[in-house]
Amino acid sequence: MSEYVGIAVMFVLAGGVAGAMVVLGSTLGKKNSTAVKLEPFECGNEPLSLPMGRLTIKFYLTAILFILFDVELVFLYPWAVVYRDLGLLGLTEMAVFLGVLIVGFLYAWDNGALDWQ
Amino acid sequence: MSDAQAQLLVMFIKAAAIYGGLLGCAALMTLAERKFSAWMQYRIGPNRVGPWGLLQPLADGVKFIFKEEVTPDGASPWIFRLAPLMAAVPAMLTVAVVPIGGEFQLFGVTTQLSITNLDIGALYVLAIGGLGVYGVILGGWASNSKYSLLGGLRASAQMISYELALILGILSIVAISGSLDLLQIVEGQKGTFLGFLPDWNLFKQPLAFVLFVVATFAETNRHPFDFAECEPELVGGFHTEYSSMKFALFFLGEYCAMIVMACLTVTLFLGGHAVPYWADAPWWIEAGAFSAKAGFFLFLFIWVRWTLPRFRFDQLMHLGWKVFLPLSLFNLFVTGAVISL
Repeated sequence: MSEYVGIAVMFVLAGGVAGAMVVLGSTLGKKNSTAVKLEPFECGNEPLSLPMGRLTIKFYLTAILFILFDVELVFLYPWAVVYRDLGLLGLTEMAVFLGVLIVGFLYAWDNGALDWQ
Repeated sequence: MSDAQAQLLVMFIKAAAIYGGLLGCAALMTLAERKFSAWMQYRIGPNRVGPWGLLQPLADGVKFIFKEEVTPDGASPWIFRLAPLMAAVPAMLTVAVVPIGGEFQLFGVTTQLSITNLDIGALYVLAIGGLGVYGVILGGWASNSKYSLLGGLRASAQMISYELALILGILSIVAISGSLDLLQIVEGQKGTFLGFLPDWNLFKQPLAFVLFVVATFAETNRHPFDFAECEPELVGGFHTEYSSMKFALFFLGEYCAMIVMACLTVTLFLGGHAVPYWADAPWWIEAGAFSAKAGFFLFLFIWVRWTLPRFRFDQLMHLGWKVFLPLSLFNLFVTGAVISL
């Protein structure tokens, strides 16, 4: 576990420095806020609508596809490490595994899930 | 001083030195970005603060600290404050496992020039580096501004799309080296390939190298893929509402991510700190070789920014899903087939 001490040290260092920056910035900077200054940016106009309205479905679709492939790739990591010991059997097994997922990928492609319009 | 104490002390010194170096490099990059852009456009660039404007980043930092900080109406106060930290800290953490130089002695302890060396180094970089997307999307969401929200969504969609190509690029290197340990990946690239080339993974995995480098550009929201900021469309992107030091932290995080990505490209594809044709180089020459290689990729980030026009967002997503993903999978399959035959 001793290797992870370095990570902890780094976390304290990075978090400490970045946190100190934010705290220093908000305490040392002057405060002179007006109602107009605090409005969300809208090119000088009054905000027409709040941003929590509707959004294109594409972002959700991309996220779901990403999760699918990310999980798939996580399975590939242990495979890649021991691949030299597995040999041809490992290649066949992974080809079957990837093949099933690629069919799904092609289905998504065919259905236009990857088109961004 | 006992052995354990000496080791702990060495660990602290290395962490402080490498973290300081990272922040210093990030500060220098902000200057280099402006200097190189000026030279490419036949201008002079910052030259008032210190010789060649070298103290400009310091002046910028002081200015950022003393600027007024605005939190817009309706912003989610704590998430708004935390988001810059969540964007910057993961990028800084990933540098912990990058092997910068070989073995050396300090206070009687033999150690490597890297903060620590994990046996799952490659996985750690991906896992921690991937957390940066939370800072971006939460910063955009918490600002209560439509430009911020759209910028955050775009940036996160882009980052997760190209993360796949990044992961697959690393996978094919892992399949070649048989290890997730970045140090062992570097060790595997010492010696020569075909008798005269250095034994770098670049020559064994040219396709993975190209895909990986382009993916690092998209992953760090750099030109030609900087849709998160995309000034003509989204004002400032996810940090439209940010001001003062919080704004600076997003940029610090971005530059740290660029530096880590350059280091990672060098480690995975260009032999890391291995010096070609000189197997037992002293550690400081190795560190110099590493810096030179990483410096080239940092220059590439700037070079490309001032050379290529920006893509359109649909082109970016098409490239990521319909070109990079199939090509990476193909590359991995060919790699597997070549290794087993």
